Amino acid sequence: MTDFDITSGEADGMGPRGAKVGLLRVLGPAHVWALGVGIVLVGEYMGWNFAVGKGGAYAALIACWFAGLLYSCVAMIDSEVTSTVAAAGGQYTQAKHIVGPLMAFNVGLYLVFAYTMLEAANAITVGFLIDTVAVMSGHDGLDQRPFIVLAIMFLAWLNYRGVLATLTFSLVITAIAFSAIIILFLATSPIFGGDVLRHKELITDLPYGWLGILAAMHFGLWYYLGIEGTTQAAEEVRSPARALPFGTLAGIMTLLIAATLTWYVCVGLMPWEYLGQAGVPLFDAARLSGSTFLMILLGIGTLFATLASANGCINDASRAWFAMGRDHYLPSWFGAVHPVYRTPYRSIIFLVPIALIFALGAPLDQVITFSILSGLLEYTFMPINVILFRKKWPLDTIKRGYEHPFHPLPAIVLLCLCGIAFFAVFLGYGTQLVAMIVFYVIVSLWFHFWRYRFVRRAEQFTMPWPRPQGY
Amino acid sequence: MARYTPPSQSRLGQIVDVVVLLAMTIGSLYIPLWLKLAGSDQTANIPENPTWESLGQNPVMVEKWTQLGYADPASAAELITSRFDYSFSVGSLLAMIVVIVGYYTIMLRFSEKEYREVITEKFNGD
Repeated sequence: MTDFDITSGEADGMGPRGAKVGLLRVLGPAHVWALGVGIVLVGEYMGWNFAVGKGGAYAALIACWFAGLLYSCVAMIDSEVTSTVAAAGGQYTQAKHIVGPLMAFNVGLYLVFAYTMLEAANAITVGFLIDTVAVMSGHDGLDQRPFIVLAIMFLAWLNYRGVLATLTFSLVITAIAFSAIIILFLATSPIFGGDVLRHKELITDLPYGWLGILAAMHFGLWYYLGIEGTTQAAEEVRSPARALPFGTLAGIMTLLIAATLTWYVCVGLMPWEYLGQAGVPLFDAARLSGSTFLMILLGIGTLFATLASANGCINDASRAWFAMGRDHYLPSWFGAVHPVYRTPYRSIIFLVPIALIFALGAPLDQVITFSILSGLLEYTFMPINVILFRKKWPLDTIKRGYEHPFHPLPAIVLLCLCGIAFFAVFLGYGTQLVAMIVFYVIVSLWFHFWRYRFVRRAEQFTMPWPRPQGY
Repeated sequence: MARYTPPSQSRLGQIVDVVVLLAMTIGSLYIPLWLKLAGSDQTANIPENPTWESLGQNPVMVEKWTQLGYADPASAAELITSRFDYSFSVGSLLAMIVVIVGYYTIMLRFSEKEYREVITEKFNGD
């Protein structure tokens, strides 16, 4: 067995060969948790409820649990591979070492687009929330655009200035947003004396039958989308082998709890037809609870959740773009680290206008669908990735920080659930699905026949692993 | 085996590559929106002179609609009666499956070819 130090300065993880400076290793498990949950928790505050619209209240709950199973598989698989491939780029770097350059290029793009679209969706929600509050206080016709631009620019600046401050900021506001959901549940739940929930009168039968349950899987992914982003911090955590599995698995457990509580409270407070199209459902739930304190708390929670998510998205998308630049998959100009702040500053700045184009010009459900589709393509890659990883480097050949149990069962379950999710997206959003895959086919041909000529072959393989079996 | 030495790319070439990638990205995401092919078909079957009863709403639901700012049934009728159209043809489903499977097949085949070059150069190169 090869026993290597994955924080080695000689290997991947400390910048490109010959680089003067690398990313700073300053993060702990709590930051990894905050990065994962911070990106995703906004899914409880907005977006998940479109699953109610697609299939009804019960369909959304079933989708929530099946999507939870999908993401548990993602977290288990990701934890094993990432505890070994501890480098910026996350799944991109995994694909580069395990599957091949073209797959890595595609995975890098999945990551960038999933996170950049999620960032745009968060900014849209910030604008919508501020508009809702303005209307409630008697100010109709507020222009949301300045708030959208301000949110993205402020968070990009924070990311530019340093990863520790960025993720500490995320840690604090994520904890507040998560606490707000718990407080809402405790304050409204009959277990603790509340009597405002009306599940019996508000929950109806499945309006679309079983087809609606399948369709609800589309937005069911939104409860958890982005948890896999914890791997992007691999190059900046002090102990990747311990912190990454711990932070990721603790994150998915947190989200499973938050998602179920969110569903329970919301469907007990509003008709499903409204919930299925609401812009800020938890804020609406707090309004309907009749408590001004809860309304203010959940308003703040919504704002913090969107900011934490956008913050994490900028962090993750820029790391993936940076990693591709460093490997010359994209112009190497993007592979630069800021000499003072030690952040991938050019990638951070470059992705700002792209997020703004979509935040200012596309409807929320479309932006969410773009993000979900990129995520779904990435999750379909993961079972292939882990099966090849175990085949090329069996357990006794390299040391893992974490070994996921029951292999290959999680990979098979994940692949099946991805198939169901593709069908769910096809029900109503098939055009986007085909358009996006046609894009990836064209861009793959562009990479294979043009861009790849600028890439050094052996230098892509930077992990100190033995030769893969079968090669 | 001789190591592969990539050509150097000019600054203009790098800019062109980024512009091409961005154009493809924004095009693929925005074209369905511009052509109005994006999003699911929804139909709303609003009855004439809707009442809460004709919209299938019980007293608790009515109370919630009122709290949400929909004081009369006409204002909530479109939201309540809106339904997705999930009809699809087997042909379009098969086309989607072929597109997805074809995409992953092409990618894995090209990746495998590139990966073998990487491994050969990495482990036989010195």
